[in-house]
Amino acid sequence: MPLAGTGASLKAQLRRAERMRKLRAFALVLPLLLFIVVTFVVPILDMLRLSVVDRDLATVWPHVARSIGAWTDRSQVPPPSVFDALATDIRDSYRARTLPLAARRLNYAIDEGRTLVFTTARRLPETSADWRATLIGIDPHWGELATWAAVDQASGPLTSFFLLAAVDRHKTADGHIVATPSGQAIYVEVLTRTFKVSFIVTLLCVVLGFPVAYLLATQPPRRANLLMILVLLPFWTSLLVRTAAWIVLLQEQGIINHALIWLGVIDSPVRLIYNRIGVYIAMTHILLPFLILPLYSVMKGIKPSYMLAAKSLGASPTEAFIRVYLPMTLPGIGAGALLVFILALGYYITPALVGGAADQMISYFIAFYTSDSVNWGMASALGAVLLTATLLLYWVYDRLVGITNVKLG
Amino acid sequence: MSVSEPLVSFRGVQKTYDGEMLVVKDLNLDIRRGEFLTMLGPSGSGKTTSLMMLAGFEVPTHGEITLAGQSLRDTPPHKRDIGVVFQNYALFPHMTVEENIAFPLAVRRLPKSEQKARVARALDVVKLGALGARRPGQLSGGQQQRVALARALVFEPKLVLMDEPLGALDKQLREHMQIEIKHIHDNLGLTVVYVTHDQSEALTMSDRIAVFHEGVVQQLDTPQGLYEQPRNSFVANFIGENNMLGGTLEGVDAEHCRVRLDDGTLVEARAGCGDGAGRRVSLSLRPEKVELEPQGEIANRLTARVKETIYHGDHMRVRLDVVGNDDFTVKMRYRANRVVPKPGDTLSIGFAARDCLALDAPH
Ligand SMILES: Nc1ncnc2c1ncn2[C@@H]1O[C@H](COP(=O)(O)OP(=O)(O)OP(=O)(O)O)[C@@H](O)[C@H]1O
Ligand SMILES: [Mg+2]
Repeated sequence: MPLAGTGASLKAQLRRAERMRKLRAFALVLPLLLFIVVTFVVPILDMLRLSVVDRDLATVWPHVARSIGAWTDRSQVPPPSVFDALATDIRDSYRARTLPLAARRLNYAIDEGRTLVFTTARRLPETSADWRATLIGIDPHWGELATWAAVDQASGPLTSFFLLAAVDRHKTADGHIVATPSGQAIYVEVLTRTFKVSFIVTLLCVVLGFPVAYLLATQPPRRANLLMILVLLPFWTSLLVRTAAWIVLLQEQGIINHALIWLGVIDSPVRLIYNRIGVYIAMTHILLPFLILPLYSVMKGIKPSYMLAAKSLGASPTEAFIRVYLPMTLPGIGAGALLVFILALGYYITPALVGGAADQMISYFIAFYTSDSVNWGMASALGAVLLTATLLLYWVYDRLVGITNVKLG
Repeated sequence: MSVSEPLVSFRGVQKTYDGEMLVVKDLNLDIRRGEFLTMLGPSGSGKTTSLMMLAGFEVPTHGEITLAGQSLRDTPPHKRDIGVVFQNYALFPHMTVEENIAFPLAVRRLPKSEQKARVARALDVVKLGALGARRPGQLSGGQQQRVALARALVFEPKLVLMDEPLGALDKQLREHMQIEIKHIHDNLGLTVVYVTHDQSEALTMSDRIAVFHEGVVQQLDTPQGLYEQPRNSFVANFIGENNMLGGTLEGVDAEHCRVRLDDGTLVEARAGCGDGAGRRVSLSLRPEKVELEPQGEIANRLTARVKETIYHGDHMRVRLDVVGNDDFTVKMRYRANRVVPKPGDTLSIGFAARDCLALDAPH
């Protein structure tokens, strides 16, 4: 038998013992893991795939997609074979009525791309000896490098177009990535706005929720239960109803403005809705329970004897609170804040209803691209950017707070 | 201030939580400088309440508590300079052992170097030198207990209160810690008020013991005084093992009295009761003071029936039926060629007059 304390063999034994335990634990979580993979991870990955996959043009214009590889000298327009392929494809897709697909895709990348495609299709002659000249004759855009760069980038099967667009960038004809002119750039601003609104809402939730959670945790059970019902009440009402209620309350002729005027705080109605203030108020109200509940359950677990001990050791009530109570609630604050922040990032109905045009969050645009303009590439690229930014922030949070210090109760 | 002046004194202290029942009734208690005083009593007798009033976490409904001659009425807990060890230790889980012990020094704004030195010394006193960097969660119950002790001692309080500090430990560790706490008390010259409902703990550790029952101190005395001279039958029963026999007082002369038992036997006893013939009294007899089949001259002899014998290693317990008390226990030492009685046997028991104390019968 090896001596007890000969590190290697002891460690090996420990590892073996641990491995069995881990295997069993793994077997227990396996069903849920599979469920999550099938219903959550796979759809998300599939969605993310859409942000780099670009087949719209290639399916409609197969010849162009195949022959564009012949365009090697990027200082001039492609060789004639590519123009021949374009003419064939435009004619074929015009007849097959699939041309609008190609038009839509090119329109993402070229101003007036749709007009260009349809005009060309309508004026296209049956035959031509020199398709290059004919096409440029129909529309001089076919003679521009930028047009062909867009066609090249849209020919798939992979593209960086959507992801670049989601961070207000695009590729020029010669392959450089440049910032979109400030007039057209919006997503970076929307993304920063999303994080800023979420951050401020989280902050407001912590400031407003902490005293409530403390009250809940320290009141006698009967009163605590009543308070808890008040906290949970919003949960039992539909999100839309709650948001609509805020519209009623906050409008210029609403109760809050009337009350403020009556109290003499203001002389004339202030604008509380369809701007950032309205977004902050409504979102904070809706997300508050997500902060209060984890914080409450953490506070509930803090025995009063800690505060007594701190006082007996010479700490004034304030000092005992700051040095002993507050640090013990940090895991709850951490969990609640993380929850609220991440939920806030994805909010779009509330800002859409109580915010103005300049208060829309990134999810609004994702929803717009999925349901209004059916631009899956753009929708999933924005989603990917949001996801990446969130994960990045989560990593920073883990570094600062330590995710193991977070406690949901 | 004279040396003999008490450090703490409770004067007519009463406490009620609900305005109906007095949890502490008229508590008068002087705690001497440097003594180890234990509050002993059954559950719910008001020990913790009394301690918490002294620490400042509960306010007396009536009466006054003074510390070193100063009324504590308007002194909040954190200004009392009293160290408290709580039953569940209440170590701060988010701080290391060292930070826990440094806490009272940090809130007193002591220089960092001084804090370090004092923490190191306190860790030495409780023999935990190597564990300073751990968190309380990584310590055993006994180690946590020591940290709590070190934390309550490190700021050199005038007075240390301990509320059942060993309640959560197993028997062996508890006995070990009893001795250690006692040593620390002796070496540092502390004044300690200790709460327990374990009488053997109270007997081994204390200079004096206050026996609590229903919010009243029944007796305040040295361990020996309580054991040998209990003032009433509650104390006699609560401290150590005790057998009770009912009877009627026949007459008292000075220290001695005669008691007629219910079966008519006359017994010589020490008088610990009020005067007056015809009074109901209880005779208190310790199991180790009663002899089975006594040889030679002895003041009192009674007949008993053996109900049961129980083996205890170094001795044997014999449960007897004596004058209607069928739970009368006698401790029997092993001696060579001693015959062990069997259930059903009839035998005689005897005891000296000084080993039998007549007390007022409980109502
Ligand atoms: N905060 C409180 N509110 C109401 N009643 C209380 C409170 N604390 C204690 N009591 C009551 O006061 C009485 C005395 O309690 P106390 O805690 O002083 O007893 P104790 O002697 O310490 O008992 P134990 O040995 O069980 O700790 C009990 O009947 C208890 O129910
Ligand atoms: Mg108690």
